Amino acid sequence: MNIKIFFLISLILAVMPVHAAKIDTGNAAYDAVFETLYSGSFDEKEKALNDLMQTDIKDKKKILEGIVNKTLMVHKKSKKVVWVEKQGSKFQMNDAFSGEDLGVDKKRKFKKFSINNSLRSHVSALISTMDLDSEDVGMRLAAVNAMLANPEPEHAALLKSRLEKEPDNDVKTAMQLGISLANLGHESSEIRMMAIKNVADSLEPAVRNSLLKIAENDPDKLVKQAAQKVVNAQEERVKLFGYIETLFFGLSLGSVLVLAAIGLAITFGVMGVINMAHGELIMLGAYTTYLLQLAMPESVGLALVLSIPAAFIVSGLVGIGIERSVIRFLYGRPLETLLATFGISLILQQVVRTVISPQNVPVANPEWMSGFFQVNSVLSITYNRLYIIFFCLVVFALLFFILKKTRLGLEVRAVSQNRAMARAMGIRSSRVDAMTFGLGSGIAGVAGVALSQLTNVGPNLGQAYIVDSFMVVVFGGVGNLWGTLIGGMSLGVVNKFMEPWTGAVLAKILVLVFIILFIQKRPRGLFPQKGRAAEG
Amino acid sequence: MILRVLKNDLGGKIFLLVLMTVLIAVPLLNQLPSESPFHISIYTVTLLGKYLTYALLAVAVDLVWGYLGILSLGHAAFFALGGYAMGMYLMRQIGDRGVYGNPELPDFMVFLNWQELPWFWQGFDNFGFAMLMVMVVPGLLAFVFGWFAFRSRVTGVYLSIITQALTYALMLAFFRNEMGFGGNNGLTDFKDILGFSLQADSTRLGLFVISGVVLALGYLSCRALVKSRLGKVAVAIRDAEDRTRFIGYKVEHVKLAIFTFSAVLAGIAGALYVPQVGIINPGEFQPLNSIEVVVWVAMGGRATLYGAVIGAVGVNYAKTWFTAAFPEIWLFALGGLFVLVTLLMPKGIAGLFSRKKGGES
Repeated sequence: MNIKIFFLISLILAVMPVHAAKIDTGNAAYDAVFETLYSGSFDEKEKALNDLMQTDIKDKKKILEGIVNKTLMVHKKSKKVVWVEKQGSKFQMNDAFSGEDLGVDKKRKFKKFSINNSLRSHVSALISTMDLDSEDVGMRLAAVNAMLANPEPEHAALLKSRLEKEPDNDVKTAMQLGISLANLGHESSEIRMMAIKNVADSLEPAVRNSLLKIAENDPDKLVKQAAQKVVNAQEERVKLFGYIETLFFGLSLGSVLVLAAIGLAITFGVMGVINMAHGELIMLGAYTTYLLQLAMPESVGLALVLSIPAAFIVSGLVGIGIERSVIRFLYGRPLETLLATFGISLILQQVVRTVISPQNVPVANPEWMSGFFQVNSVLSITYNRLYIIFFCLVVFALLFFILKKTRLGLEVRAVSQNRAMARAMGIRSSRVDAMTFGLGSGIAGVAGVALSQLTNVGPNLGQAYIVDSFMVVVFGGVGNLWGTLIGGMSLGVVNKFMEPWTGAVLAKILVLVFIILFIQKRPRGLFPQKGRAAEG
Repeated sequence: MILRVLKNDLGGKIFLLVLMTVLIAVPLLNQLPSESPFHISIYTVTLLGKYLTYALLAVAVDLVWGYLGILSLGHAAFFALGGYAMGMYLMRQIGDRGVYGNPELPDFMVFLNWQELPWFWQGFDNFGFAMLMVMVVPGLLAFVFGWFAFRSRVTGVYLSIITQALTYALMLAFFRNEMGFGGNNGLTDFKDILGFSLQADSTRLGLFVISGVVLALGYLSCRALVKSRLGKVAVAIRDAEDRTRFIGYKVEHVKLAIFTFSAVLAGIAGALYVPQVGIINPGEFQPLNSIEVVVWVAMGGRATLYGAVIGAVGVNYAKTWFTAAFPEIWLFALGGLFVLVTLLMPKGIAGLFSRKKGGES
């Protein structure tokens, strides 16, 4: 039935010009081309399009696009080819070649160059061919990529002729791939074989689709086998990249866990203080970011950078306040400390609810945090995850440096190992306690800045992380920064690897159960502290 | 027998007397005409009933924390499990009166397009079986958990944190629809229990009285336990675990027995709680709930048992009053309570009481 309609339309189109006058472009060389485009059959139109490319019209691309977009039409009365622009119910027309203003006329006084789907793709092929000759590298690359997405056997010749002249390496690689891809549809089975070998390294979806097609129904058995082999190998590689991606996701989740837990590793691990308000100190850091962004709305990125020291100071001071007012009276009574700090966490949450808002607040991501880095067509790495891993490592390194190389770190370690002896050596242990607690709390605030870029910032932000943080510290081994880093990272990775099978919630539950069982086996974590101090 | 248990327990005697008076007086006052100033509305009766179940939970926590030295931050999990077991029974009692009118399946299962009752729902239409499960499920969980935890000598803060992880994991699990416990809506819309309508005043009064009686029994059994040899060993473990072990006691067995018993008590409390409030959902597993229980006990006074009751009723009364009058202040007040009690009143309200009397602590 479609064919009948097609013929009918062709017939009508073929009959019409007999009655109508010829197109008048003002240039005899163009007249025939546009006449055919206007009233020829679709087959004739395709030839006319090719003829159009041979003329000396300056902006062929614009003309072609005009035909597809229907902004290039024929004014029925004057038979002129014109650019039309909608003006209310009428069209403003300008001569397509001279640009002369021809006034306005009613819509129905115009007729478009009718095209069908196959003509449309022919036009876009012509346009991309033109882009291949563009001066701009980006345009050329885009043109080749467009061809890659929709491979046709004739692309091979088009690309081959330009390959030699191409100065840019990226475009060249893409062109070579395009040639091979186009050759996959070649008639000769040797050439197809060659092409299969050439595309074997590429993981572009178009390549994989074409190979899959060949592997399923190529007339030549050998070609079929070769394609199948490459398809299998590629699937392996795609799987491998899938693992790499999951590993990356896991590391970024692990970094979040480490950031949240590392402050706790100091207060809990080094000082032995259970700080249930740790999550709220993280929350305060996140809110500091929010407030700074509120204060300087036009420079989101700067606010974020500034909020790192700001959050450290805010959370650190609150932490010192907590230590001086409550915790110092409770040293040696861990269960009471736990209860009191839990009370503090409730108060801090309520302060935020009352002063700022019980709802979540929006924290903007600066531009350089969004976007991603494309490794290849199956693996892309988002910048914010990359930054968080990097940030986590920097914070870890700094903390490690402070604890191992500074006087404060030395004193902290001395007090945590043997308080009485440290005091006897002249260390003011109460000052060290306050400083250590402030340091751990400040780090929690910095973690809050990082979290504000990843999750919703609300009064409950801290609660969501407190159990996880404790798990990480306990899993890694109390009093051991390395343990926290490795523990957090491995928990993150394990979590992400289980998610596809079990779903996010179940994965989390299983990890919790795993840690509970793990603590049974090794009550002091992955990396236990050794020596007499550890027994205290 | 009861008198022997209560020997040297002045606080306990006073508490039981007060409890008995309340149990007799409240139903009587409820019968007064509503314009009388002494009339107690049925809403208040149910509220009091809820406090009594909380008190039982607090007694269970005090047993392990006060006498065994185990700070459990996951006791609300046992409470909620008992509640779920009761909720499942009540769910089955709805029968075809649900929105979808399915005689076999609870509404949420019909909604999820389940075809038949999952195996773990079987038998819950039987009251006796359900009551057995109220005790068995929390008890079994506590037993298995304790078996692993105590045997590998996880103590102190570590134990507290893994109990918290336990309830957190359970909360996440119960939030899942696939678990078959109604997802985040939990179980609700109960109609009746043993044929008595839950909306009827008489049923509510009955549940209140039963809660009180069970609380009294729970208190007495805990007191008896504490007075027994087992209880003495428990206190020894609390004060010097290693020494007790060296003397030759099986520390793990003692801990396991008392922990499991406490979990069963918590489960029973949960089962009494659910028909009175009319809903059970995964929110009950929140770590915050468990920690709140601990603060009731700390507030009332550790290692007294009756102090736990005072704390539970007192704090919850304050909570009801605050959340109605100044909702924003409540968390400040609760948080402040945590800090003040631990800093200034390490022995809680009962501690003040016994110091004044100059009695034993």
